[in-house]
Parts: sequence; structure tokens; C-alpha cells
Amino acid sequence: MTRPPLLPENARLGSLALIAAIVVVAAGGFAYTAGWLSPGRLTPAKIVAALAPPGGPALGHRRNHAKGICFTGTFDSNGNGAQLSRAQVFTRGQYPALGRFNLGTPDPNAPDATVRVRGMGLQIATPDGEIWRMAMIDLPFFPVSTPQAFYELLKASASKAPDAMKTFAAAHPEFAVFGKWAQSAPWTASYAEEPYNSLDAFIVVNDSGAEHAVRWSLLPQAPVVPITQSDLAKLGPNHLEQEIAERVGKAPQRWTMVLTVAQPGDPTSDPSKAWPADRRTVAVGTLVVQRIEAERDGPCRDINFDPTLLPNGIQVSDDPFPAARSAAYARSYDLRTAEVRDYPYHQTTATGGQR
Amino acid sequence: MIAIGERFTPVQRLLHWVMAICILTMLFIGVGFASTITPKYIPLLATHKTLGMAILVLALIRLGVRLRYGAPPLPADLPQPMRLAASLSHYALYALMIGMPLLGWAMLSTADYPVVLYGNIWLPRILPRNDTLHTLLWDAHFYLAFAFYALILLHVAAALFHALIRRDGVFESMAPAPSHAKVVAAE
Repeated sequence: MTRPPLLPENARLGSLALIAAIVVVAAGGFAYTAGWLSPGRLTPAKIVAALAPPGGPALGHRRNHAKGICFTGTFDSNGNGAQLSRAQVFTRGQYPALGRFNLGTPDPNAPDATVRVRGMGLQIATPDGEIWRMAMIDLPFFPVSTPQAFYELLKASASKAPDAMKTFAAAHPEFAVFGKWAQSAPWTASYAEEPYNSLDAFIVVNDSGAEHAVRWSLLPQAPVVPITQSDLAKLGPNHLEQEIAERVGKAPQRWTMVLTVAQPGDPTSDPSKAWPADRRTVAVGTLVVQRIEAERDGPCRDINFDPTLLPNGIQVSDDPFPAARSAAYARSYDLRTAEVRDYPYHQTTATGGQR
Repeated sequence: MIAIGERFTPVQRLLHWVMAICILTMLFIGVGFASTITPKYIPLLATHKTLGMAILVLALIRLGVRLRYGAPPLPADLPQPMRLAASLSHYALYALMIGMPLLGWAMLSTADYPVVLYGNIWLPRILPRNDTLHTLLWDAHFYLAFAFYALILLHVAAALFHALIRRDGVFESMAPAPSHAKVVAAE
């Protein structure tokens, strides 16, 4: 069999040009998808970079909620959640829990009294092999309505322009509610006295396939003792970690997990809008914190408390935050795990909380 | 040269084109979800994991089929450097088809992420949690993805070079359906 005759020169050039054009278009499409041609796209890398304080991020640490301490314990499910979700975590029983108390700051050495927002990362594992991770804060609502607004808030806070925050607040009226809360809500001197709220709405699915939008809270069973910010400052820069270690050392600490069920029309896509106070709540169990461990070598250190890691029976809703948080948390995780040299394990000198 | 009409077996051609679509989709989803914080991040990531495992299974089947049925010989007059390039690039393509899903799976494992596919399929972790390993695997998964796409572009360019310029039957040997090769040959 003979080869077809070679193409004439101009046809060869035309074919080469066609091949080159196909390769260039394909490469361009890839670059576009990767965001390289869209400098305005809000990427996980941008959000995480915007969280960094002026001096740069604390290498090896979480890029936000950087100061924290690990705990382990159990989640004692009372079975009442099974009406709402088929996830095994809601069937009556005791399941291992792992978590992290933390402060909403990118500085792992920030003095406690300088940080207004406190949080809890939590993982509950069930015998079916599934896990539920969540990251909650003590605010009763999120300061802004959208991830884009959160990014703008970070940019405005870091901006040197005198009116940056005013401009931001004017464009985001929901932010004023946070301002009021930050000024008026009482402080406490213990992680054990704080509530921790999902803020984001999730969809729970029960055995019969019925879906409900819920938000959840972990409400402290410890009595809440208000304290002023200046009195908290007097207790020392790392009082919260010392106090929770001592308190749990004496007795396990407990929180009641409560699901709040939305009614049709309640805003699920905007965590800055609290639901009316009369919504049905279901107490589904108790988180029992039994042991505190320093983060450096603790079991929570290398856990990404990504709120989209959900068991079958809980799903994300139309709330845009969990996806944005998942993307940003993964970026933070990838960065800090690559910086282990800057935050080595097994450091015996007591530098953990010192500046 | 390939005797015109000597082609890969139908199952090989089917696997090639199905996987071509899967892998291209996979690479675009990969760079897409990694650069967004919008709600589509979640389904894109879930699709990425599910499709990755599907590609791994298909690639292993394909490797078996290839070992069983082989490939049509390259044209006798193909210059040695192109012959070498063809051979090396195909080893690399197989290595990436099988290696990339494994790297991704191992990377998630070392970060203690659950590996959950569509259909509520929870895969076991294949490595223990480890920072250093996670970083290594992440880097490999990330940079090899771009190498993979570059290799695919090279593969496409070479296939078109065979089809449009050399017209030596190499493209037709993997073409999804009988093509105009015979017509061309008769010219």
C-alpha cells in the first residue's frame, strides 16, 4: 500500500497553522478556567491572603482562628435528631468527638482580650465510618451576607484609606448589627461559657426523605459569668487556654446541641440574618469535653474543620458560605501543612502562647 | 507505515475516546474548582473525586487491554526521533492516567479528609495523616496536572500532524469510526 502524496507546501502550512490554532485555543481555555485571565475572580488564594495581618501570616498556623487549643470527648446523642436527619450521629448513642477552641484572629499569639470572636471546630465520628466536621463561632449571626462582602470587609479593614470602613459599612448595612453586638455583648472568661453557632443553614434529610433547613448551636451548660474586657485583659494574655485546661481537668464540660428548624420563607442563604426566636428547636444531644491538649502536638492540629464535610443526612443549603469556607480552609490547610518547619511538633520550650 | 485499515481494536478505541472526554473534563474541573469560592466549588470537587476514581478504573482496564491486544505498528518511514517521542509520550500518558487519581486519593488521605464520591461512597484512606507527605503529594498532583494537559496538547498536535500532514494512517488507527483514510489513500 502506498502513502498518499505529500501535500503541497501551502496546504502543509495551512494545516500547521490549523494545528497551532487548536493548541493555542485549548491552552487559552484552560488558562481561562484556571482563572489566569480573570484577575477579578475571587479565589481561595485571594481570600486567604487577605486574612493575613500587616506583618504577614503566622507560618505553620491556620490563616484565621489561628490561636487555639485541642479537646477530645464524646457526643452523646439522645436520638431526638433522628426525626430530622438519617445521619447515624443522630441515633441514640455515644460517639467520639474531637475539636478545637479558638479565637477569631490570624495571630496565634494575640492576647485573649483583644479578640472579640471565639470559635469551636468539631468533628464527630460514627461507627458507619462517616464523619461530621463543623466550625462554629459565638456570634449569633455572621457579620456580612456574602463571601464577596467578607472579602471586601477584610480589604477595608486592612486599607489605609481613612474612609475605607465607613464606605464598607455604608454598602453593607448588615455590618452595623455586628458592630452593635461587638460593643454590647458581654465577654466571658471561659471557652466553657460560650455558645457556638453554625450560623450557616444546612439541609437535613430524614429516613423518609423529608428535608428541613436547620442551623445549630452548642449551648453551654456551664453558668455564664459576664466579665468586662478590661478585667479579662487583667487575667493574662492566654487565660482562656489555661482556664479551659484547668476546668476540664477538674470535670468534663458540656454543651447541648440544639437544631433550629426554619419555617418556609426563613432566609437560608444569608447567615447575617438570624431567624425569628420562636422557631422550633430540637435538643439532639450533649457534647462532653473530657480532655484538653495543646495544639502543637494535639489531635486537632492537622484537622481541617471544613464545614462541608458532612455525613449522609446533612447537606449544604443555598447558603454560599460553606462552599467559600471549604475552598479557603483547604487553601489555609495546604499552606500551613507545607510550613511545618515554622511550627514544629514536639517543642518542649514553653513558647506556645508567648509573644 | 501502518497498513491502512490496521487499527486499534474497537474496545481500545472506545476506551480512548471515552477517557479523552473524562480526562479533559477532569483537568478543567480541577483548575476550575481550585480557583473559585462560589457554591459550584462543592459539586465540582465531588465530581473531580468521582470522575478521578472512574478514570483510575478505566485506565487500569485500558492498560490490561493494551497489554493483551497491543497496538498497530507505527509507519516504517516514521523518523526515529518521532518514534521515540511517540513511545515516551504514551508511557507518560499511561503513568499519568493511573498516577494522578492515586496521587489525589493519597493526598486526601494524608490530610485526613474523607474521600466521598457521588452515591455516598466513602473510600478508605490509603495513607496515614502526614504533613510532609501531604505537601509532597499536593505539589505532585498540582504540577503534574499542568504537565498532563501539556502532554495532551502535544498528543493532539501530533495526532493532527499525522492526520493532516503525514497522512500516514496513525490518526485513523485510533479514529472513533472508519474515516476517509481509504479515500485519501486512493487519491
